[in-house]
Amino acid sequence: MSLIHKEMKKVDHDTLKKMAHLSRLEFDQANGEKMINSMNEILDWVEKLNEIDTDAVAPLITMSEEVNQLREDVVKEELPHEKGLQNAPKRDSDYFRVPKVME
Amino acid sequence: MLDASIRNKYTAVIGLEVHAQLLTNSKMYSSDANEYGNMPNTNISVITLAHPGTLPKVNKKAVEYAVKMGIACGSTITRDNHFARKNYFYPDLPKGYQISQDKTPICVGGKIEIKLKDGQERSIGLTRIHMEEDAGKSIHMAEEVDTLIDLNRAGVPLIEIVSEPEIRTSDEAYAYLTEIRKLVRYLEICDGNMEEGSLRCDANISVMLNGAKEFGKKVEVKNMNSIRNVQRAIEHEIERQIIEIEKGNTIVSETRTFDATVGDTHSMRAKEDMNDYRYFPEPDLSPLIITEEYLNEVKAKMPPLPNELYKKFTKQYGLSEYDALVLTDTKEVALYYDELCSLTKNYKAASNWIMGPVKSYLNELTLSIEEFPVKPAQLADLIALIDANKVSFSVASQKIYPELTKGTTKSALEIAEDLNLIQVGDQDFIQQVVDEVLAANPAKVQEYKDGKKGLLGMFMGEVMKKSKGKADPKLASELLAKSLD
Repeated sequence: MSLIHKEMKKVDHDTLKKMAHLSRLEFDQANGEKMINSMNEILDWVEKLNEIDTDAVAPLITMSEEVNQLREDVVKEELPHEKGLQNAPKRDSDYFRVPKVME
Repeated sequence: MLDASIRNKYTAVIGLEVHAQLLTNSKMYSSDANEYGNMPNTNISVITLAHPGTLPKVNKKAVEYAVKMGIACGSTITRDNHFARKNYFYPDLPKGYQISQDKTPICVGGKIEIKLKDGQERSIGLTRIHMEEDAGKSIHMAEEVDTLIDLNRAGVPLIEIVSEPEIRTSDEAYAYLTEIRKLVRYLEICDGNMEEGSLRCDANISVMLNGAKEFGKKVEVKNMNSIRNVQRAIEHEIERQIIEIEKGNTIVSETRTFDATVGDTHSMRAKEDMNDYRYFPEPDLSPLIITEEYLNEVKAKMPPLPNELYKKFTKQYGLSEYDALVLTDTKEVALYYDELCSLTKNYKAASNWIMGPVKSYLNELTLSIEEFPVKPAQLADLIALIDANKVSFSVASQKIYPELTKGTTKSALEIAEDLNLIQVGDQDFIQQVVDEVLAANPAKVQEYKDGKKGLLGMFMGEVMKKSKGKADPKLASELLAKSLD
């Protein structure tokens, strides 16, 4: 994970800005310091886990014992066009419409 | 144009990332249709639209196709696979992440054997091949205030084939892509259509002084919709980087887009602004375990590969490299030729027939060889008739072959007999025709006797015409010469 380095670099203002950007969230600048503090508290708390030696433990990737839950390659008409579009905030008869994206 | 003496001081280092859309019926993690060209937003499901509470499920066929590609490239197939989320926001990615593979790509290593124009062969190493899903399509139109989103393509299965940075020239990149396209088509896992985007390529390019230990800063170039354009983009980008370095500027890591109309590249974004994808294991999918038994099942289903057939055609059938390359261009032609060669021993004639009359017939009617009406056995029979001196090549190609292409169940021999085309080696018959021809052209005979020896060809033509092509040409020319002298 690139946000939280091994040595547990403290969250600073740049990190906060980056996280806000990555999650596409806005935050109130006045609350910035408070948010930085509570994030650091979370990190400190999670840091407790590093006290346990896990070198010999394989990473736990899934909680389930199941493997190879595969699907046959068969097409099912699951969602009609009109139904698929019906909850869109903005749409036309063919497309979902979103605010203009600039590349 | 860059001066060759400057250009030659530098070595280019190129790595290619190729995305191939898999030819499955349904999508990678959901059962809506994987089909190109439908009305917008008709191939959709609640999973594709990322509705809350929906769960993905892996398409068995997509796994098989990825494994096939790995076997074809000699990759190591990963036994314990899991999927990973690659997080980024874009409107054509409804979930806000792409389900991909990160730590456990299904294929590791392997290589692509390429043949260059000068006949040189090289092998380009692969880093990995992994499975993932395509994004939807964003349509940006100048006159629209909105961006339009079509999610038909969202969730279409992809494999991403990542090469080692071992490609050195744009020609090698061209050959590499040509080979990959040939492979996916042989395997029938992707239609390889770069214009429609079912095969896509991004190029990572850097340059360094010859013999340098460290690679230069790499630039990623996108948006090439043909193999030729990949070659052009690489060529242009190598020169651009060299010119910048020669000017004393440094190359920045960035993504550039290729403009096919002018043939140059423009900066899209700097790498520093690039997304931090925050990969983590996909909790909604169970691990995928590839067993020895499964691997053997897939291996048993592998079609012959272009390189294997190329080797067989050059070594066993003694074809030239060029002929073998042309005949292995598509699997269907290669297999037709191979079948033909199991029915005739005249491999060279078989190759000439396919590269000549068969190809031109198919080209003229824009047919593929699967639609070719002449069965390999019929063509083998025709070759045998020529080899046994029963018909001449011209009678075979102009009289019998056209009959065969009409789609008959008759053999070449039956057609030859029906049309009374069997060559006659009978001396009396040919002598009679010769006599008739000479008797009918007394003036020409005199001219010949007066020294115009070139007329022999004219007499020969008359003999063949009069015998309806049935006279054995060798015997006819002997008897003709004897009668005239």
